[in-house]
Amino acid sequence: MKSNEAATKTPKADKKAKAKRFFALQRKYLCIPYIIFFILFIFAPIVIILFYAFTYEVVDPATHTAHFEFSWQPLVNFFTDPSKINVLFVSLFIATITTLICLIIGFPLAYFLADKKINKNAVLVTLFVAPMWINFVLRTGATRDLLTWFGINGGTHPYLATIIGMVQNYLPFVILPLYTTMTKLDKSQIEAAGDLGANPAQVMFKNIIPQAIPGIVSACLMTFMPTMSSYVISDVLSEGKITLFGNYIELEFTNKAWNDGSFMAFVMLLFIAVTMFISQKFGKDDEKEAGQW
Amino acid sequence: MAEKDYIISLQGVTKSFGNNTVVDDFNLDIAKGEFVTFLGPSGCGKTTTLRMIAGFETPTSGQILLNGEDITRIPPHKRPINTVFQRYALFPHLDVYDNVAFGLKLKKIPYEKVNKKGETVTKYRHFTRQEIDEKVMRALKIIDLEDLENRDISTLSGGQQQRVAIARAIVNEPEILLLDEPLGALDLKMRKEMQLELKDMHKKIGITFIYVTHDQEEALTMSDTIVVMKDGVIQQVGNPIDIYNEPVNAFVANFIGESNIYNATMVGKLKVKFLNRVFDCIDDFPLNEKVDVVVRPEDVEMTPVKGEGDDSRLKGKIVTKIFKGIHYEYVLMVGKSEIVAQSTKDYAQDSFVYIDVEPENIQIMKRSSTENVYPEAYLDKNNKLIISDAEFDVDITQLLKGSHVDDALYLIGPDGKKYDLDDADVIASIDFNDVQIVDGHDNGNVNGTVVETIYKGDHYAVLVRTAEEEDYILATDDTWNEGDLVSVIVDPSKIRLVLKGDLSKYEVE
Repeated sequence: MKSNEAATKTPKADKKAKAKRFFALQRKYLCIPYIIFFILFIFAPIVIILFYAFTYEVVDPATHTAHFEFSWQPLVNFFTDPSKINVLFVSLFIATITTLICLIIGFPLAYFLADKKINKNAVLVTLFVAPMWINFVLRTGATRDLLTWFGINGGTHPYLATIIGMVQNYLPFVILPLYTTMTKLDKSQIEAAGDLGANPAQVMFKNIIPQAIPGIVSACLMTFMPTMSSYVISDVLSEGKITLFGNYIELEFTNKAWNDGSFMAFVMLLFIAVTMFISQKFGKDDEKEAGQW
Repeated sequence: MAEKDYIISLQGVTKSFGNNTVVDDFNLDIAKGEFVTFLGPSGCGKTTTLRMIAGFETPTSGQILLNGEDITRIPPHKRPINTVFQRYALFPHLDVYDNVAFGLKLKKIPYEKVNKKGETVTKYRHFTRQEIDEKVMRALKIIDLEDLENRDISTLSGGQQQRVAIARAIVNEPEILLLDEPLGALDLKMRKEMQLELKDMHKKIGITFIYVTHDQEEALTMSDTIVVMKDGVIQQVGNPIDIYNEPVNAFVANFIGESNIYNATMVGKLKVKFLNRVFDCIDDFPLNEKVDVVVRPEDVEMTPVKGEGDDSRLKGKIVTKIFKGIHYEYVLMVGKSEIVAQSTKDYAQDSFVYIDVEPENIQIMKRSSTENVYPEAYLDKNNKLIISDAEFDVDITQLLKGSHVDDALYLIGPDGKKYDLDDADVIASIDFNDVQIVDGHDNGNVNGTVVETIYKGDHYAVLVRTAEEEDYILATDDTWNEGDLVSVIVDPSKIRLVLKGDLSKYEVE
């Protein structure tokens, strides 16, 4: 036994010596670029947002110099300003409606696209996703002109125009995750449901939709939060008549109200955290794959 | 009225996908409470037939009658038939209880009610929660999983999932239970157990079972009636004993159980010749008819040869001896032919034994074909024979005695008459021995896949099928595996042609 131990020790010692001499490339070093990226562009901004969200600029009357102090003032400002609360609800409303309409349009579409007989070589899916390849500011401008031509301009129908623009913009993000789950539907389960007495509508609600839950969760996630925080679409299509949460944050920052703006960004972060939490409950492991889009 | 005796009748049911006919003119009546098994190799159409009974596929033609009523076009959810799927198809988002209760929650049952006007009307209601509960628990008890009602499907073992799938189907009290290779995914021991349990269950609940399998042992163990299928066509219907003892053709004999199959000739009344010997038999076939003979290994009787031996008896040499637990399996050589025999007695390797077979143990089967026949063949303008896509340089002068072919490819008769055989329909036939098989594609006249091989004692009968569904049967000494991609070489000079219709209609000038 003893001789064995000695034998195993020597190579180990060798390895250590080598590591000291050379910088050995290990697999874990490959994440260094990401860690740098993470710290610079994700971690640091969040820290800065948190810092501004819970401080307020205090001007010392004696020296006339400004410094930041911990304060609940941005929180108080947010909850006491009816216009901000109003913006929050308008944003939630538009995001919910957009997500629902996207699902209503996208679900049956994805279901048919997943049928290999209809969608040979996935050409149709590509067509539906193709709008994503066009710059979205350009696309939104074009949508505005088209809608005006139809008589739905931002001046007369701001909500309708905004929602149409949102749906048009986020529909591909709904179709793709749904399409991915639909192609993986277990056909024999669908047959089994029919065999056990479910009519086509019951098969849809009792089997296909439950099977597609991961895709639906992923689709909602891909639509709801971006809709809430987007501001270009509403800006362009409602001709400034609708202010969404994203618009308001931008407004605060352009008005140099960094603390109030940061607090609103923090509220946004909370929403994201909550939706992520909910989606993890539903999505389980399939969600990751469907969410790859 | 005869229809009333049967719970389900399939009448001339045919199913094609495009040009591919999967089930061809399927006729079968199944009595109430029967355990029927569809048995056949993969791709024989057994599952498609089952799916047509379940309603997932609609027959291209033919009718399916349930209790005398036509259900051919009724969707699955309206049929009193339930299926146990091959890979269970349980609902992963529901637990065991809800999986089993799935069908019950959807079901509407009629009840009679007196309305305000005093008329009795039939109304429909769902099962109450209590009724569902009772039925589910009863079903779970039948399958022995009462304690697992709240378990998630993903936490169950394969065998348990299998049972849940069965419970989910039988809880609806269907008139017919369809089982599509339900034991395929289980290991051998589980499978044997489940076979017996299913048979028990069938006796207990008394509903009609239609079972699909490719496992002949499973079919023999469980069924009242076995339907042997091949290429979408029923080969034989019968109880397990008849199917085993009296297979109607070499395919059935080869597919069910181990067997020795030989080419044989009838040489007299109740006398058949194979292995160079004349045997007495009990099947009456016309004199000189070429037939297939099957002898089961357990029916080969062996007696040790002592001393010089008796040359008038059939002798064989034991070349292989394998201990199989209860018995020994021997391979005997008689001349160039092999015989597989089973015996509980121990004989020495390389020793000689006399071989006897009782007349009733010799099963004589009509040969489905004694040569390759192509009734759809025709000649092209170059006088080549076309069979589907393949062309052969045949000798067309055989169509008319004393004729020859001139430079312009006309057939010139002995009397000087000229015939243009472009597009002439002919029946071509080739002996099995004139067809050769070689490995790989494009090495012969025709490419195809080996779909069937039957050992005939000293050679194999191999069936090669081309992409155009043309069959070439050939005799070869070599072993080929089913699924092998091969080429077939046909000696064109050996192809016999018979013109369809009279030669005179091809006469020119």
